[in-house]
Amino acid sequence: MSDYEKLVPSPTADTQPYWTGLQEGRLCLQACADCGKVRHYPRPVCDSCYSMNVTWVEASGRGKVHSWTITHYAFHPGFKGELPYILVTVDLDEDVRMNAQVRGITQADLRVGLAVKIGYDKVKDDLTLPVFERVTS
Amino acid sequence: MSLYEKGAVTGVGETKYLRGTDRTALSFQLEASLNAIRDAGLKPTDIDGLIPYGHGAVAEDFITNFGIKDLRFSATTPMGGASAVAAIQCALAVIDAGICKHVLISLGRTGYSGGRIGTRVQQMPQFRTIGEFEMPLGAIAPAQLYAPMARRHMELYGTTSRQLAEVAVTTRYHASLQSNATMKNPMTIEDHQSSRMISDPLRLLDCSLESDGGAAVVISAPDIARDLAKRPIMVMGVAEGHPDSPSAITQRPDLTTLGLAKAAPKAFAMAGITPGDIDVAEVYDCFTYIVMCQLEDLGFCKKGEGGGFVENGALGLNGRLPVNTHGGLLSQAHMAGMNHIVELARQLRGEAAAQVTDAEIGLVTGYGDMGDGSVAIMRRG
Repeated sequence: MSDYEKLVPSPTADTQPYWTGLQEGRLCLQACADCGKVRHYPRPVCDSCYSMNVTWVEASGRGKVHSWTITHYAFHPGFKGELPYILVTVDLDEDVRMNAQVRGITQADLRVGLAVKIGYDKVKDDLTLPVFERVTS
Repeated sequence: MSLYEKGAVTGVGETKYLRGTDRTALSFQLEASLNAIRDAGLKPTDIDGLIPYGHGAVAEDFITNFGIKDLRFSATTPMGGASAVAAIQCALAVIDAGICKHVLISLGRTGYSGGRIGTRVQQMPQFRTIGEFEMPLGAIAPAQLYAPMARRHMELYGTTSRQLAEVAVTTRYHASLQSNATMKNPMTIEDHQSSRMISDPLRLLDCSLESDGGAAVVISAPDIARDLAKRPIMVMGVAEGHPDSPSAITQRPDLTTLGLAKAAPKAFAMAGITPGDIDVAEVYDCFTYIVMCQLEDLGFCKKGEGGGFVENGALGLNGRLPVNTHGGLLSQAHMAGMNHIVELARQLRGEAAAQVTDAEIGLVTGYGDMGDGSVAIMRRG
């Protein structure tokens, strides 16, 4: 795992709980500690009440596909080995969106509204990335 | 208080556009600037305001190379590909305030020979958020970040890849009529459809070029503009617009609406005209989809109708709305939209290589940084 060649995040004090949550197998979203509005991506100020008091909530990890792209060209050499790959933009049940690659979802499955749930891909010791998987009934 | 006709384009200049050079971006920027200043019939020392494109030459470079003794204003308008047209609004404001008489807006780049787009984007501070949350997932370059906007438009409105091809094919034809364009080989819709996929639904021929060169324009006070070398091109309306969630497209409430949708009504109101009055449009074309989406946001058609609007050669010289008559970023060169302003001025002067008959009123847009928009409406003075 030490030969990981892709881009890695540089978490800050504002964003670290998100990444720590993924490491622990939880999707944690930032929320305003005063008015409760959930926001993503993490940032210092609530755009609803301007409070800088934050809390973190564990999200359901469930959502629906809003849009997607299938990448066939490696804009960074670290991704060359997994072309083509699907990136989905997902409306989470918490009313924010997030991007992630998919696992077990093919191009033929893709449609707006497809129900998905989050999964966790530990790509190296200190980094877990989110992925989206099919919801099986 | 309005910027209506508070400034005019008086000079335009370009370098030879290239794909491969050992020259510096600075030398391109200064050469294009000198060409624009000469085109206006001015001397370099007449320039008293500078709005260079970000990440390039700075005021110190112009003062040093041009011997400017009394520079009165220097700024940048950091909106990526929307910067050049946004700089027109800034120029008119400082001219109207009595600070400047002649403002130089300029760009030079080695986009082909220097750092390529996938690398450049990773280093830009406005992309800090997606740098942390999206690039590690593999969503790195504009083609990938914009593709979900195009896909959403297709799913909601039935827009097709063949409709996007119309934009590429028409733009390539316009480039073929230029002496200074880097991609002039004929292109058909089938060529587009068989070009390799970059990030679905965007194919190679949906994507703009990476280019080496420079382009520049001079904006002058309207009372002085009338006495310069060329017919002045009056700025009737100008505005910039910033989308919701400007740093992360993923979080934008409506993926199919750009910042331009906020700017366009302001610019048309200032100009006192409607989209139906436009004879020619130079529309920022980093990707074919972005052209189509801007035509909607400008009000040439309703949201969702852009695919049908661009069909059947509608953007050609004799079509319903001639667009990107110079070949644009898709086929002339990627000069971050500075070449679009140059072309609009030439069209309205009547000196374009692919001239739209009797073009009297036109518009130019900028688009950049994941959704920022800008628009200027001009008329033959």
